[in-house]
Amino acid sequence: MINKLAKVFETPNKKAFIGFLTAGDPDADSTVNYILEMDRAGVDLIEIGIPFSDPTAEGVVIQEANIRSLKNGMTTDGVFEIVKRVREKSRIPLAFMTYVNPVFHYGYDRFFAKCEELDVGAIIIPDVPFEEKAEVEEPANAHNVALVSMISPTSESRIQAIASEAKGFIYVVSSMGVTGVRSEIKTDLASMVESIRKVTDVPCAIGFGISTPEQAKKMAGVSDGAIVGSAIVRIIAEHGKDAGPYLYDYVKSMKDAVCSIRN
Amino acid sequence: MSEGRYGIHGGQYISETLMNELIRLEEAYEHYKKDPEFNAELNKLLNEYAGRPSLLYYAEKMTKDLGGAKIYLKREDLNHTGSHKINNVLGQALLAKKMGKTRLIAETGAGQHGVATATAAALLGMECEIFMGREDTERQALNVYRMELLGAKVNAVTTGTMTLKDAVNDAMREWSNRVDDTHYCLGSVMGPHPFPMIVRDFQSVISREAKEQILKAEGKLPAAVVACVGGGSNSIGMFYNFIEDKEVELIGCEAAGKGIDTDQHAATIAKGSIGIFHGMKSYFCQNEYGQIAPVYSISAGLDYPGIGPEHAYLHDIGRAKYVPVTDDEAVDAFEYLSKMEGIIPAIESAHAVAQVRKIAKNYSPDQSIIVCVSGRGDKDVAAIARYRGVDIHD
Repeated sequence: MINKLAKVFETPNKKAFIGFLTAGDPDADSTVNYILEMDRAGVDLIEIGIPFSDPTAEGVVIQEANIRSLKNGMTTDGVFEIVKRVREKSRIPLAFMTYVNPVFHYGYDRFFAKCEELDVGAIIIPDVPFEEKAEVEEPANAHNVALVSMISPTSESRIQAIASEAKGFIYVVSSMGVTGVRSEIKTDLASMVESIRKVTDVPCAIGFGISTPEQAKKMAGVSDGAIVGSAIVRIIAEHGKDAGPYLYDYVKSMKDAVCSIRN
Repeated sequence: MSEGRYGIHGGQYISETLMNELIRLEEAYEHYKKDPEFNAELNKLLNEYAGRPSLLYYAEKMTKDLGGAKIYLKREDLNHTGSHKINNVLGQALLAKKMGKTRLIAETGAGQHGVATATAAALLGMECEIFMGREDTERQALNVYRMELLGAKVNAVTTGTMTLKDAVNDAMREWSNRVDDTHYCLGSVMGPHPFPMIVRDFQSVISREAKEQILKAEGKLPAAVVACVGGGSNSIGMFYNFIEDKEVELIGCEAAGKGIDTDQHAATIAKGSIGIFHGMKSYFCQNEYGQIAPVYSISAGLDYPGIGPEHAYLHDIGRAKYVPVTDDEAVDAFEYLSKMEGIIPAIESAHAVAQVRKIAKNYSPDQSIIVCVSGRGDKDVAAIARYRGVDIHD
């Protein structure tokens, strides 16, 4: 399959800044607008969260965004509609992040055919580990969508197997537990990334807990990129439909921090 | 495809962070289940602490009243802590201790599993934290205080529908945050492999005893065994040793709440569809986009949108039958068993009693039916009074 995400990491210093938001929070129009704002601010890849009723890998901030979005009537088809509107204006690389049930229920093949049509190059599904990936990965590959592998601080002996089959990029989970802003990230990520690089040259981006430009710089410094979710969702939660300028400034500051890394 | 499949159901749909811990748990379990010392220790706890074997009681008055099969009650309500939940908890707590864990966490709906976990933690000197939906902490306030008395910390879960599924969500989140010293003592035959297998094995003591007891009493197998189903732990325990005996009907009773034609029920087999949630592929109540549906039952213990994967499989192959029982029928059965036999069943168990009231007359007096009285009903008295419009202060 073609790696549509390759260009995400082809920045001048080979470091990417990846942002996440929950589709439909606070509404579809805002999500379209916020994706375009983040694009304008220089984000390299946007993960669009398809809301799920029971997001067990999320901390409170993204849980609440999921609930708000569903309450406002967002659906999987509604998310595809958002992406369609984005695609009328932007070629920004996109990935979906969601849980396996909405994808399973939509029908794997039907879902990934839509992704292909809308040029969504990857999907992250935290409740599909290595052992269960075949049923999702086969139909995803058939439509040129990369199923992103996650590697966490507890992966240890599993790194070899996971990394050797990874596609798109590897989502390195910085910390134990769920998503959410953390004041400190204690995991030895440099050595985690090093063990991954022994096995594969698929890019590694670090996520979970990153909110400040300093953290983003540090994390992207030991890997190929930094992923930020809760901090962005928190800005949207705070400013609702008027979050555009705040998002632009925040994403720009994060992107600048990642750009400032010298190899 | 991963381990732990029951037909197409089951599996390990869980975050990467927990995978190694699940593998370690499975390895430890496979080791200790064959360890004579572990089994001796567990049997001692079950017999001398929990009060096993539980009685198989011939409900003579009920049998005469219903006219048909002889009705036997498997009295899991007589176990220490008042329900079948202790069977699984003692097994898992002992296993966790052997694995070097010092802390137990658990979800609870009605509070029975939480109380059992808090009890085992107290006995084995472990730290304990329970996750319980805020709505359930309100309808089962007595059990919250029981858990606290036993030294556990009770977290009222305020996300989602604030019931059992949300308690599971938060217990999983907490486990992924802290696996080193913590075991998630899952209370039902659900979740990712190896939980459905471990919990089923520890609960299968119910049918192991019941089979021996009924053969002694009747000289033959029962025509049917009946149990209530939420996640399905007491029912799988009641079914397990009869699965190979094809002449024994296996009947699971789901919570139909206000009726399966309303949107207020928890009848997963009757109204659900195949999905993947809480670590397993199985049947779930969900909407057209795979969003897990808010479910409802008068019984906090059956108020769950899914069902264990082995039940889903037994349903698929037609080996077990799952029937919906409404709140009204369960409350009637709750009062019926209290007055008829002097046994106040848990409102969960009353769903099984209600089904037996419907079907007993279809059998002849030389046949028998075993009903699993999975728990005692003290915890439900205040709620039933409210249901009947009686204002009591508990």
